[in-house]
Amino acid sequence: MKQSTKIYFTLLCGLLGMLTVSVAEDSAVRENLSRSILSEGAEQRQQVAALADTGSKLVHDVLVAWTRDNVFLVTTGAVKIPVLLEDLTDPNGKARAIVIADGKFLLDENKKELRFGPTELTAAETDSALRGVIQQTLDSLALADPNPDSRRNAILKLGNSHKLKNIAVLQTRLAKETDASVRRSINEAIAMLQLGDRDPKIQSAAAHQLAALKSIGSLDMVTALANNKSAAPEVVQAANQAIVKIDGHIGVVNFFGTIFRGLSLGSILLVVALGLAITFGLMGIINMAHGEMIAVGAYTTYVVQNIFGAGFAFSVNLPFTFFGHPLGFGLHLPGMNATGAFYESYFLFALPLSFMMAALVGLVLERTVIRFLYRRPLESLLATWGVSLVMQQLFRMVFGANNVQVSSPNWLQGHFTINDVLLGYNRVFVIAFAVLIVIGTWLLLTKTPLGLLIRAVMQNRDMAACMGVRTARVNMMTFAFGSGLAGLAGAFLSQIGNVGPSLGQSYIVDSFMTVVVGGVGSIVGTVYASAGIGTSDQILQQVTGSPVTGKIVVLVCIILFLQWKPGGLFSIRSRNLD
Amino acid sequence: MRLFSKWELIGVGAAVLLMLVILPCLNAFTPESSWLHVSNFTITVYGKYLCYAMLAISVDLLWGYTGLLSLGQSLFFALGGYMMGMYLMRMIGDLGQYHQPIPDFLVFLGWSTLPAFWKPFSSLPFAMLMAIVLPGLLAGIFGYLAFRSRIRGVYFSILTQALTYAACLLFFRNSLLLGGNNGFTDFKFILGHDTREPATQRGLFVASGVALLLVYLFCKWLTTTKFGKVKRAIRDSENRVMFSGYSTANFKLFIFVLASLIASLAGVLYVPQVGIINPSEMSTDKSLEAVVWVAVGGRGTLVGPVIGAFAVNAMKSWATRAYPDLWLMFLGTMFIVVTIFMPKGIVGLPAQLKAVYQKMAQKNNAGFPVPVDAAVQPVKPE
Repeated sequence: MKQSTKIYFTLLCGLLGMLTVSVAEDSAVRENLSRSILSEGAEQRQQVAALADTGSKLVHDVLVAWTRDNVFLVTTGAVKIPVLLEDLTDPNGKARAIVIADGKFLLDENKKELRFGPTELTAAETDSALRGVIQQTLDSLALADPNPDSRRNAILKLGNSHKLKNIAVLQTRLAKETDASVRRSINEAIAMLQLGDRDPKIQSAAAHQLAALKSIGSLDMVTALANNKSAAPEVVQAANQAIVKIDGHIGVVNFFGTIFRGLSLGSILLVVALGLAITFGLMGIINMAHGEMIAVGAYTTYVVQNIFGAGFAFSVNLPFTFFGHPLGFGLHLPGMNATGAFYESYFLFALPLSFMMAALVGLVLERTVIRFLYRRPLESLLATWGVSLVMQQLFRMVFGANNVQVSSPNWLQGHFTINDVLLGYNRVFVIAFAVLIVIGTWLLLTKTPLGLLIRAVMQNRDMAACMGVRTARVNMMTFAFGSGLAGLAGAFLSQIGNVGPSLGQSYIVDSFMTVVVGGVGSIVGTVYASAGIGTSDQILQQVTGSPVTGKIVVLVCIILFLQWKPGGLFSIRSRNLD
Repeated sequence: MRLFSKWELIGVGAAVLLMLVILPCLNAFTPESSWLHVSNFTITVYGKYLCYAMLAISVDLLWGYTGLLSLGQSLFFALGGYMMGMYLMRMIGDLGQYHQPIPDFLVFLGWSTLPAFWKPFSSLPFAMLMAIVLPGLLAGIFGYLAFRSRIRGVYFSILTQALTYAACLLFFRNSLLLGGNNGFTDFKFILGHDTREPATQRGLFVASGVALLLVYLFCKWLTTTKFGKVKRAIRDSENRVMFSGYSTANFKLFIFVLASLIASLAGVLYVPQVGIINPSEMSTDKSLEAVVWVAVGGRGTLVGPVIGAFAVNAMKSWATRAYPDLWLMFLGTMFIVVTIFMPKGIVGLPAQLKAVYQKMAQKNNAGFPVPVDAAVQPVKPE
């Protein structure tokens, strides 16, 4: 029932749209549809088959409804009118009827809309021969879809159908098709169908064709053919050759896919670790709450998304009372209920906001806790761990212990394919943005007055202070900047993974390792290390077949690597012993 | 040099009397209705604290005395616990859910016979040997590699954290055949005694107390030897020790292995008392929690970790019941406050207060500044 409701709904939308757009063309299609439903026998089958040329969505919807017995016939006198029932029903379970011939509601003599229940009407009948024709028409319709991706899906379905008669449909389409990638799919599908031919020559030709196309989708069918005892020897040989070729192609595709995923993981690590490289590498502060800065960024994205949507509110009740008044805190931010492109653009606002929010938290943290601990790095580790516990608990109280939903904007969904390698937009975006952030950070540190001060303070705090640099302020800015980068990383992570209170925990160990491997205090080292660790992590996951084993191997490799280069990839040379 | 000062002797003696004599006796010989009675629950809880105190001493040995902040002590603690757990699992026999002669989770994973490495764990001496060998070996190899390449300070902390993290991930896997994320539980017998019997729990409690006392005395003795002095010298300035001709790497390696063994011993005694061991015991958070106990109690002393372990865990027991949502906030805030304002912990508090008092008194009387007592001075940078 739910299914049919959905169909009516799409139908109704389709109807309303078409009434306004192309009335003339539409009415001809409707007439044909209506006539074909009313006719019978061979004539009916012919008419239905002719509907395939229209390429109309409406035809598709009505035909699907027809096979599901949702097209009804209303008899008024001697005339039968084919109708569909609207999905909105009144309290009696009755709905208005839409006449297929003109798309309007069916009226009685007094121009009043008639209402029917599904049981009051007889459904338009279909027999098995007609159903076959309808299915074929639907297939051809799908092949004529304006969207190349939908066309490819339809072609793939036919290719996997094992029905030789579908070859004719595909060949007619091939003659009309102009899109190169769709033509390739059609050839692939035809060859897949031809594998089932009785003639061994056609079969081996098809196998060769599939090998030449490096068709990954046909691997199962080719393998089945190669293992078929009754197949001719030359066919089996051709099939085996095809298998070797396709397997090789799959290997190449997997390899590049792994490299790509590794690079995108590396870019996330890079953005996370870059913030750490600044707070840990340059300032010598072990910020165990760095992971929570990531979570701040991710939750900011979540809140911004909600403000663009229905608004955001929370309230927390503390288990204490103050002179009888229960204590608690809360916040209500009204939503803008944005839609369309404006809503989709929320992420662009979320990026700078997550940076600023995390930087602000970092600033407060620096002023209240870290500034007491500049000369005591081990203790900064402990105090910031305390901060991390408090913040995690705060997230839990405000946002709940479960993961929150952050939806990707449309322009980050989807992917493009290069030679069968899937490249997700979001991952490409992350890689590109990571490059931008690295360049920005590098420019800030080397080309701006603030960068000069930061480097001066980090190299020799006392000397910088003697020169009149306000070290306390520089510390504050540096720490806020490092935290802000973590916030940016959080905004990215919200697009790729789950956002929950312990989001930061899963990255903190990795990012510390990245900074140590890269060489503490070296931004370049962090870049190389994150790309290296990200990629080797993905490759080892593939090789060992389990994410956990891969991670363990990476960690062991890092420990061994530090034997060889204790200072990391790019250690800063100095005459200091410590 | 005398091993104990007068007050220390009195304090330790009183604690030993309370823990090893009074509490077990009150549990065993008073009727349950009496107000003097100590419940079985209390005995298990305090037994747990005794094990935590041992773990805290091992952290302090590294951090307070040698300047090595290891975040891997929970790994060694859990390793010891797992070895004991394997023995206890074998002692269940066929009394498990599936009534098979092998542990339930193995049946669940589709095993019908015992994997070879499980077989020798039917014997307690073998399990105990493994509880010494395995953590010792791991600490030895890791320590050798780390100290050889002069990894120190925060880098050592980060590496031990990574090691613990990796081990934790490994133990979460079912294919390791050590129970996956459920670990071991539902123990029945230890050396033929029912683990749930009050008498057995009491025995384990006394054993933990004795073990803690021995560890305490041993560490106390160690700190007074020349070895102990070198250790503290390494903490204060490793380079000077090195230039004086000492091989600091060997000293650190020895102390790292020793601390791992103490932690393992604590784990061995911990598991039969709480009745469960799973990979979350070896997460880095648990290591950091142990560091909190030491920081709160007072590092660089041996009484401090014991006091800290008892105080923080008693507070945890109370807070997790009274304010389950806020417990982590308490812990976190306490940690921040202690690190910033009480670098010497509870043990150092009297001296710190005295210094503040003296300073104020001097100011009022003379009006000129007086050198601040060492207690409030920040610890030297690593």
